[in-house]
Amino acid sequence: MDTPQTSAEDSAGRAEVVLGIGTDEWVARHNERLIVDSGPLARLKDTASKIPNLVRWLLVLLIAVAVPLGTSNPYIMRVGVNLGLFILLSYGLNIVVGYAGLLDLGYAAFYGFGAYAYALVSSDQLGHHWKTYISVPIIVVATALLGFLVSLPSRRLMGDYLAIVTLFFGQVFVQVVLSSDSITFPWATDSIDITGGSNGIPALDPFVLFGHKFLNAKDYYWLLLAIIVILTLTITRINRTRIGRAWRTIREDSLAAQAMGISINRLKFMAFIVGAALAGLAGTILSAVQGAVFVNGFDLPLLTLVYAAIILGGSGSLPGAVMGAIVMSLLPEFLRVPSYSEILFFVVLILVIGAMRRSIKSFAITLLGIFVTGIIVRGIFLSLSVKSLPRDEWATGVIGRFLSHWLFVPNNRLLWGNASFVLLIALIAYLTQASPTIKRILLPVAAFLGIFLWEVRLIQQPSTTRQLIIGTMLIVLMVTKPQGFLGKARVEVL
Amino acid sequence: MTIQDPAVKETLLSVEGVDTYYGSIHILQKLSLEIKTGELVCLLGGNACGKSTTLKTILGLVPARTGSIHFAGIDVTKKSTPDRIKLGMAVVPENRRLFAPMTVLENLQIGAYVRGDPDPADLDRVMTLFPKLAERRHQLAGTLSGGEQQMVAVGRALMSRPRLLLMDEPSMGLAPRLVEQSFEMIAELHRDGVSMLLVEQNANMALSVADRGYVLQTGRIVLTGPASELSSHDELRRAYLGR
Repeated sequence: MDTPQTSAEDSAGRAEVVLGIGTDEWVARHNERLIVDSGPLARLKDTASKIPNLVRWLLVLLIAVAVPLGTSNPYIMRVGVNLGLFILLSYGLNIVVGYAGLLDLGYAAFYGFGAYAYALVSSDQLGHHWKTYISVPIIVVATALLGFLVSLPSRRLMGDYLAIVTLFFGQVFVQVVLSSDSITFPWATDSIDITGGSNGIPALDPFVLFGHKFLNAKDYYWLLLAIIVILTLTITRINRTRIGRAWRTIREDSLAAQAMGISINRLKFMAFIVGAALAGLAGTILSAVQGAVFVNGFDLPLLTLVYAAIILGGSGSLPGAVMGAIVMSLLPEFLRVPSYSEILFFVVLILVIGAMRRSIKSFAITLLGIFVTGIIVRGIFLSLSVKSLPRDEWATGVIGRFLSHWLFVPNNRLLWGNASFVLLIALIAYLTQASPTIKRILLPVAAFLGIFLWEVRLIQQPSTTRQLIIGTMLIVLMVTKPQGFLGKARVEVL
Repeated sequence: MTIQDPAVKETLLSVEGVDTYYGSIHILQKLSLEIKTGELVCLLGGNACGKSTTLKTILGLVPARTGSIHFAGIDVTKKSTPDRIKLGMAVVPENRRLFAPMTVLENLQIGAYVRGDPDPADLDRVMTLFPKLAERRHQLAGTLSGGEQQMVAVGRALMSRPRLLLMDEPSMGLAPRLVEQSFEMIAELHRDGVSMLLVEQNANMALSVADRGYVLQTGRIVLTGPASELSSHDELRRAYLGR
């Protein structure tokens, strides 16, 4: 009498698997195969992911509103304005690169164009002092027009070809601005100074809107906040419309997009125009808040930072653009203080080791390896009777003091720092080629060299280390999460 | 097959004496074909005979160097692909080419791009035709199975309410069971009155649903006739049907 019971169980067991016609089992059981992490961290992540998007936006907005109400510190407000400008630029570039997938490397020039255009009509340079509500809209439209002109060659160009053309445009802009300080028109005898060359244009008028003269960074902060809120609402909306969808199809498969009847050229133009207009707007605000304009802010370093922001946040994601902008504009400020950057350096180092040594055991062994390497190196230095630097002279910050019991810092910091730098680069280059066993042995050595280099040399040079840290963080992130923090991972069933 | 009066049928698409080149390579040679309203015509042929190129030429993705293409009474030879789509062509591309990181719903909405904002009625129609897609509307298209992707591709094409549906190798890359299903789907669409050009390597399947067929060989039409005649044609049987 066992048999019927077994078969009932069997049929019950099978009932889950029996599927409607046309359904694949692989897809039907999609949810069962989702990898669910366990542990407190994963639970936190899970809870965080359940917060609706709107609440997150409001939370960010709340903080953004609270800061200027709580403080009038000009430095903080200035950092806030920079962040706002950064978000504006990221939004614009996100449309061009993230939505439409056009690799525009001349983007910084639109920012510069907006800034210089505002300077020219709001200073004694050419003797024009236009009213803000007239000059800004005109400049935004003019920048959009410039965006259209630059996008003309993009009709037939995609990817790297477009990138090189736009990069060229960006460089041309810088050169034109630099050399437009003595232009002689054919009908005139004297040369005139338009852009001020490398000296820039000083003494610009501040914004005057609704009878209110913008006196400090806080005023611009509120203005930027209002603009960003409006833009966030608009772009989110556009993304859900026909145009937004069509932009994304161009990025994914422009041939298939054409086959859907999408005029891809027109949409590329639109993306370029909207992106340029936003950059132009950001440019006018930058000029006004700085009260002066210089060409060196619109070159490759800025472009790199804005790209880093949208890639970090996840190309094509609006919250990602905000997050990337926050990281890329606040991090360098944070890193100005050496003891902060020291903390961050060690956090990054631990994360890198953690990413390479996933299990707790091998992670601990690596840490032990670093410790032992330090002892051995100390021994070598002592036996070579190399003079050491007194502890008080280098051990700054909590971590430095802690490490000073273990780390040997030689007196000649320059020599040993440079030597360890060369050695570290060589070691890392070798490690990428090495077998897993050798990697396991040499990883602690490389990590030690990193620490040594940091304490001996890099901590003295905050500007270099800032870039090194940001660069390293980007690389680590790209390796572990190629789609960015908030980007969608590409899932494809081939 | 339903019996239709040939007299009421009007020509929907006519391709006349078209030559197509890829660079300096001559692909289609004086190719002519015709599709009447409501007809299901299949274009057969082996590998590299110009089937897909014919489709691309009709769509305007590859320019025709000579000859002319008329669609719904309008000369479209010089018109761009989006313009032709606007006139009422729709395509189910080879390998489906869905927009993988977008949802099923977004893919369908994109299909209605030329009509402006998607008509909810069209969406309902596609969802009724493929109930599976209604369930998966918020799933990313790239994560669907092959058969479901095929449904999205067809649904996407139908969203523009096309006068002519161009299908490129709907059987490609599908399991035999799914191939059968997708041909059932084609036959059903045909019964609903959708005009179709079906480009296929699977001649047996294609002829079982089509009204008429053309056989392509190295860029030339070598054989044409009603599907029933073609499937009993000795030469064709030897060459493609393997019977």
